Amino acid sequence: MGNHHETFPWKHIIGFILSLVLTFVALWVALSSGLATKVILVVIVTLAIVQAALQLFMFMHMTESDSGKIQTINMVYSFFIAAVVVAGSIWTMAFVL
Amino acid sequence: MKWNEFFVTGQPLIYAADVSIVLTVIGIVFILTYFKKWKWLWNEWLTTVDHKKIGVMYIISAVLMLFRGGVDALLMRAQLTAPNMKFLDSQHYNEIFTTHGTIMILFMAMPFIIGLMNIVVPLQIGARDVAYPYLNALSFWLFFVGAMLFNIAFVIGGSPDAGWTAYFPLAGNEFSPGVGNNYYAVALQISGIGTLMTGINFLVTILKMRAPGMTLMRMPMFTWTILITCVLIIFAFPVLTVALALMTFDRLFDTQFFTMANGGMSMLWANLFWIWGHPEVYIVILPSFGIFSEIVSTFARKRLFGYKAMVYSIVGIAFLSFIVWVHHFFTMGAGAAVNSFFSITTMAIAIPTGVKIFNWLFTLRKGKIRFTTAMLWSLAFIPNFVIGGVTGVMLAMAAADYQYHNSYFLIAHFHYVLIAGTVFACFAGLHYWYPKMFGHLLNERLGKWTFWLFMIGFNICFFPMYFLGLMGMTRRMYTYSAGLGWTPLNVVATVGAVLMGIGFIVLCYNIYYSARYGERDMTGDPWDGRTLEWATSSPVAHYNFAVIPEVTDLDAYWRMKKAGKGFEIDEEKLKPIHMPSNSGRPFLISIAFFFAGFGLVFKWFTLAIIAALFIVLGLILRSFDDDDGYYISVDEIKRTERLTGKGA
Repeated sequence: MGNHHETFPWKHIIGFILSLVLTFVALWVALSSGLATKVILVVIVTLAIVQAALQLFMFMHMTESDSGKIQTINMVYSFFIAAVVVAGSIWTMAFVL
Repeated sequence: MKWNEFFVTGQPLIYAADVSIVLTVIGIVFILTYFKKWKWLWNEWLTTVDHKKIGVMYIISAVLMLFRGGVDALLMRAQLTAPNMKFLDSQHYNEIFTTHGTIMILFMAMPFIIGLMNIVVPLQIGARDVAYPYLNALSFWLFFVGAMLFNIAFVIGGSPDAGWTAYFPLAGNEFSPGVGNNYYAVALQISGIGTLMTGINFLVTILKMRAPGMTLMRMPMFTWTILITCVLIIFAFPVLTVALALMTFDRLFDTQFFTMANGGMSMLWANLFWIWGHPEVYIVILPSFGIFSEIVSTFARKRLFGYKAMVYSIVGIAFLSFIVWVHHFFTMGAGAAVNSFFSITTMAIAIPTGVKIFNWLFTLRKGKIRFTTAMLWSLAFIPNFVIGGVTGVMLAMAAADYQYHNSYFLIAHFHYVLIAGTVFACFAGLHYWYPKMFGHLLNERLGKWTFWLFMIGFNICFFPMYFLGLMGMTRRMYTYSAGLGWTPLNVVATVGAVLMGIGFIVLCYNIYYSARYGERDMTGDPWDGRTLEWATSSPVAHYNFAVIPEVTDLDAYWRMKKAGKGFEIDEEKLKPIHMPSNSGRPFLISIAFFFAGFGLVFKWFTLAIIAALFIVLGLILRSFDDDDGYYISVDEIKRTERLTGKGA
């Protein structure tokens, strides 16, 4: 409260449009590109990682903190959880794959 | 769709529920109209952004849901009392254990904890509200409409019936064709969004809004547990969001994420569910640890023993809670390496938990203990929770778990940790902080009646279940034959459940009795408390602190009292206080969420889309909202403070 942002939020608009574009590209690749399944998977996972990074910078104020330490802890912990969820699931579910 | 598919028909119990729902609604509308309370309801409650009122609404909802979940439990116990009972049929029984589990965890334990944290955390850290008061109101209303959407399922459309874990393939369209599991997917999604926002809100509040001098290592233990709980919420709930979204797609749009055919992977649901589900049980137990820490320290009149060890233990538990989820499905067949890993991480959780148990015991040692109701719950927690914890370690051994899995041994275990942990903590916290909410104390005599009835009933109900489990009784079976020899223990368990029900009724009567005759708390500090919430008046002024306190020690208010001053307010130092404005939008947006959810449940997509447009409209209006709140004048603060006796 009290902090008026008088400037137009260009960063957010651009981030939003780019996110939409990346999403629809992924959708098109998956549904109608006709590529091999493995290629599709590689492409959409790459697009997802690009979009996650984009959102971190455009929406999540990655570069605006007073303290780099907090950001570092946040990111390290996030990557740890992401690795646990993804790698852990693959390892756990490997017996049905 | 015909009307008799829309409404659930054919069950006398359901017709009775229909009648009682209609009568209750008519009753509420009549009372509000007769006493001309509609405007009061809107101005004071529906539009409020005050963390204390939001907390009270969370707790009222939680108590209502405890009633609903408790009735479900009693129906189940009635059915299981004797062999070959015909009280409930198998389908009805399936529905009831599903709603019992879902409601007790997500719509009773969670909101009770979140309600207490709403009321207490800003007071404990010396703040005037949470970081995002508007968001807080939206969190509450999203939880509330999610809970209501889930609760109407049993009279409109049919209850979910695939267990609170909603395992695929059972929860898929093939085996659960009705709308029941749509309710599960959509209602949990809506209230989950609310919970996620609460997590973010309180994380920011605790990190950014502590009173000057309150370093992280001077925070009260309850605030510490909430901070860590928020981290768990923020990292665990997105997994549930995604899993529920995939479930919704499977059920509404015939995708094949969790199906048996077309490359679907039904066991992936169990995997994702428990990646969220295990941190979730720590989301409800860590704040409970915090509540017990506050109460034990206050009523032993001692500083908490091993504060730092306590903090590191919570962090350790939180860290481990993300790497144990497979122990919920050891029997799925993931192989020795996977099971061994998760078996060891699970047993490791007993270490930091044990550290905490010993810290509480050492806090009690040589303390001047006062046996208040809140303290009784806290003292009973320790041995009862240890029984739950030790049987948890038994279940953690993957090889042995093949014997215990999904038996009543498991049922007994998780009720011992969840009731002796979370429910005892909720009741303890309710008694302890009740004066802060309403300005009067809950009656101690009735409180102790509730305690003994509920605590003894709890043990009579659940202890026999360990043995029933070892005798081979499995969970979710709706009846059994006489020759199995399970009847005596089942009768005992039902007696215990009835005692718990009576305890709950005494609690409700206590709330009514205390409101009329209860002791008014004139001091704001009825328990000789140690932390900052006791420096405020009871009930708390809506700006909390006329002057923000300076903190020099862990037990900040205790230190002030020892210095002989208490928390005095120098009227010269008063400044106008900036407060957030009320808004009806969180409530209205949540109503739109309700209709969007209802539309999705029945696949009425036109309704869903129209309601979704209203949600977007609400978000747009919020974005262009220039309301910066308002100021309370110094004169008004002086008047309020003199009334409560805190001012000069």
